[in-house]
Amino acid sequence: MIVQALAFYLFAGITLASGVMVISAKNPVHSVLFLILAFFNAAGLFVLLGAEFLAMLLVVVYVGAVAVLFLFVVMMLDINFVELRQGFLQYIPMGGLVGLILLLELAMVVGGAHISPETAEAIQVPIAAAGSNITNTQALGLVLYTDYVYLFQAAGLVLLVAMVGAIVLTHRRRPGVKSQKVADQVARKADETVKLHKVTTGSGV
Amino acid sequence: MYTAAIFLPLLGAALAGLIAFFRPEDEQKKHSWDLAAQLVSCSGLLLSAALSIWIFFEVPNGGNAHTVHLMTWISSGTFEASWALKFDTLTAVMMIVVTGVSSMVHVYSVGYMHHDSSVPRFMAYLSLFTFFMLMLITASNLVQLFFGWEGVGVASYLLIGFWYKKPSACSAAIKAFLVNRVGDFGFALGIFAVYMIFGTVQFDEIFAAAEAKKDLSFIIFGGEFHALTAACLLLFIGAMGKSAQLGLHTWLPDAMEGPTPVSALIHAATMVTAGVFMVARMSPLFEYSDTALTVVTIVGACTAFFAATVGCVQNDIKRVIAYSTCSQLGYMFFALGVSAYSAGIFHLMTHGFFKALLFLGAGSVIHAMSDEQDMRKMGGLWKHIKVTYILMFIGSWALIGLPPFAGYFSKDIILEAAYGAHTTVGMFAFWLGVGAAMLTAFYSTRLLIMTFHGKPRGDEVVMAHVHESPPIMLLPLLPLAAGAMLAGYLGYENFVGHNASLFWDKALLILDSHQALENAHHVPAWVKYSPLVVGVIGIGAAIVMYGMAPSLPKGLANAFPGVYRFLDKKWYFDELYDLVFVRPAFYLGRGFWKAGDGQLIDGVGPDGIAAATMGAAKRAAKLQTGYLYHGAFAMAIGVMFLVSWYMLTH
Amino acid sequence: MFEIGLSHYLTVAAILFTIGVFGIFLNRKNLIVILMSIELILLSVNINFVAFSSYLGDLVGQVFTMFVLTVAAAEAGIGLAILVAFFRNRGSIAVEDINAMKG
Repeated sequence: MIVQALAFYLFAGITLASGVMVISAKNPVHSVLFLILAFFNAAGLFVLLGAEFLAMLLVVVYVGAVAVLFLFVVMMLDINFVELRQGFLQYIPMGGLVGLILLLELAMVVGGAHISPETAEAIQVPIAAAGSNITNTQALGLVLYTDYVYLFQAAGLVLLVAMVGAIVLTHRRRPGVKSQKVADQVARKADETVKLHKVTTGSGV
Repeated sequence: MYTAAIFLPLLGAALAGLIAFFRPEDEQKKHSWDLAAQLVSCSGLLLSAALSIWIFFEVPNGGNAHTVHLMTWISSGTFEASWALKFDTLTAVMMIVVTGVSSMVHVYSVGYMHHDSSVPRFMAYLSLFTFFMLMLITASNLVQLFFGWEGVGVASYLLIGFWYKKPSACSAAIKAFLVNRVGDFGFALGIFAVYMIFGTVQFDEIFAAAEAKKDLSFIIFGGEFHALTAACLLLFIGAMGKSAQLGLHTWLPDAMEGPTPVSALIHAATMVTAGVFMVARMSPLFEYSDTALTVVTIVGACTAFFAATVGCVQNDIKRVIAYSTCSQLGYMFFALGVSAYSAGIFHLMTHGFFKALLFLGAGSVIHAMSDEQDMRKMGGLWKHIKVTYILMFIGSWALIGLPPFAGYFSKDIILEAAYGAHTTVGMFAFWLGVGAAMLTAFYSTRLLIMTFHGKPRGDEVVMAHVHESPPIMLLPLLPLAAGAMLAGYLGYENFVGHNASLFWDKALLILDSHQALENAHHVPAWVKYSPLVVGVIGIGAAIVMYGMAPSLPKGLANAFPGVYRFLDKKWYFDELYDLVFVRPAFYLGRGFWKAGDGQLIDGVGPDGIAAATMGAAKRAAKLQTGYLYHGAFAMAIGVMFLVSWYMLTH
Repeated sequence: MFEIGLSHYLTVAAILFTIGVFGIFLNRKNLIVILMSIELILLSVNINFVAFSSYLGDLVGQVFTMFVLTVAAAEAGIGLAILVAFFRNRGSIAVEDINAMKG
């Protein structure tokens, strides 16, 4: 139990600390790196909750893809170190206040909340009791491709659209770059390109 | 026949008006259209004048006094007013004056306005004016009289401002109209008072009920007033405005901005006499109110004297005659005030003739002097324009009141009646009247001497051009001169003499308690001769000052500069009115405009709302900074509020 | 304290959420921090879902988390693409200089 608690506090603490560092680091590359750290620790929290598939997913997708993407862009844009500007301090009181209030309210909700007894009947996909053979991955898979297949396909479409969108937004034609126009090549006719000349020997074309 | 006499001028006006509207611009055709307009209007008026003469022989002397009912105008509950023409002696006499002078002025204008660019318009206005005046005098009820009253005011405005491109003419026209308006306000209140007392505005019904109502009093603003006095005083205010009595006289001299025929017609013979006519017409009411009669007498006497004093220092020939008119109107009024209504009307008639003669004669002089009106630039004309000189001489003689011309008869009976009233106001009026008679003689002679005698003071070009007026301008003056000479002698017995009661029949009411006219025939000899004596003194003084010792007037003016300036500035009436009425009215208006309308209403209303909206919008627009974090911050605050509210209410 | 219950996980998620929100409006440095703050917010939501899923014994929470993950990834990609296009046009991604939409 204690190990669990300790693990929880460790993971949670580092997550939160990294979160703070993400928004306050001077070097943007440091920000991204701290983000990666936050993701890793969140994955740890997931594992503690018994959702190991999701934890791995977090590492692979978030850290492996998204955070790396962030890093790519940060390095590509060659952003300068920016000093902490004056205006930042001026907004801390007001922003702090708003945030504090939000936090307090969330805490009140969380603290005063209790699970209603009806939820027991409302469970849609019951988790198998601990000790059974089904892994988290398998359990997810059993449900994802059957009951939630439409949503799964929709998610795929979202990704497709995002991909197309990203390419459209950033694709640019550099002048002077030669590329094949396959359609033109295929549509070429013989009589447009080749001409037969009767040439007398000795004279040119 | 009766109706035709009234409506022929209207027909003339309408046709001339149409001609004015549709007249082509082409120089050749314009002339024949002008001629058509002149023909139409003059013939209408001459026919009307002929009919008036016939009516004059038909109606008075116990003849055919009657009312011609034309059409019902207003019938609302108990209030009835109809278009009806009342013909009695008073009407007949007025018609002679009005149509006679008007027809002569029409013919005169053909010559005088020959070179003007808007002849049809002028003729139309003249005929229109005559129509309104005729409606006024034949009115059978107060509302119809008021219609004519207002109508002549409008026509006067149009005619004074005839040369509307001149700013001074436009100002004079507005001044005349506004001052008249003040009087008309009083007149309207008088009509309301009469209606309140009698429940009707028809003259016949009012006069029949007058005696019964003579002791009635009503309560206004907590004070009790004798009803008939109040009504008569209010009506008299109207007469003061229309007839340029002291207080509301300021418009008459400025009205000389209009062409001379206008001055002759409107401001000598007809419109200004409407007030006199109205008081005479309402004699059955005025008789029962001694206070009102006293007020009329005092105002009339003061006007007579005041106008005569101012007339002595005027340099414009038309202004002298204008002030003379004002003064003579004063005479007529104080005659009415001592209940000598017939004497007042008698003087009205004779005055109409000789004053019109004087004005039209002055027009001839101005025409001869190439539009010069200042007497200081005239002089030495009598040899060159003999006919005009003789006519003006006749007119002046009649005005001064020397026998045997008309003025002698009418003016003397008025002064004798004032004496014969044997009241304080009567004596007051008598002495002021005598004083005014002397001054009248003085300024009339002064006018003749300055204009026609002495060495010529005009420049050579003007003097070379001096010529007698064409016959078209001289011919109309002859009937007027005849009237000025003979009307007094011929009319004396009928108007104020032994045949008077038969002549007037029921047109005028004189109570037995008011014996002024009766006593006038039995006054002591010195009273009878006093106007003659002062007239001669006045003539003598003028001859001395202007004929024999021309440096004397200037010396006198320099010796008494204050007096001279006081008279020259017309007793500072215009300045007083400007200070008391005009300026405050302008300040008030400007204040209401700038502060009230501009700042208050516009500020709170349209402009204010627009400015507030724009201000609010500008301030709201400042929220859109374009910064992302501001928007995010706003969202965060919003979420916070939402959550707080949810938590607090659940 | 030692018994880790649902509320612990929820608190962690709440704090992470707040940090993410702070990151959006407190940062003046560059746009990328905003995108990263969004990722933090989404992460906190994911933690929430999984915690509930675990304590209620309902797998639906984890299924939904997968979808959130998908969308977050897609959104991060598009966001960065926009950022790159913006940078190409403006030459700067300092948040303070981005106020062309001011009213």
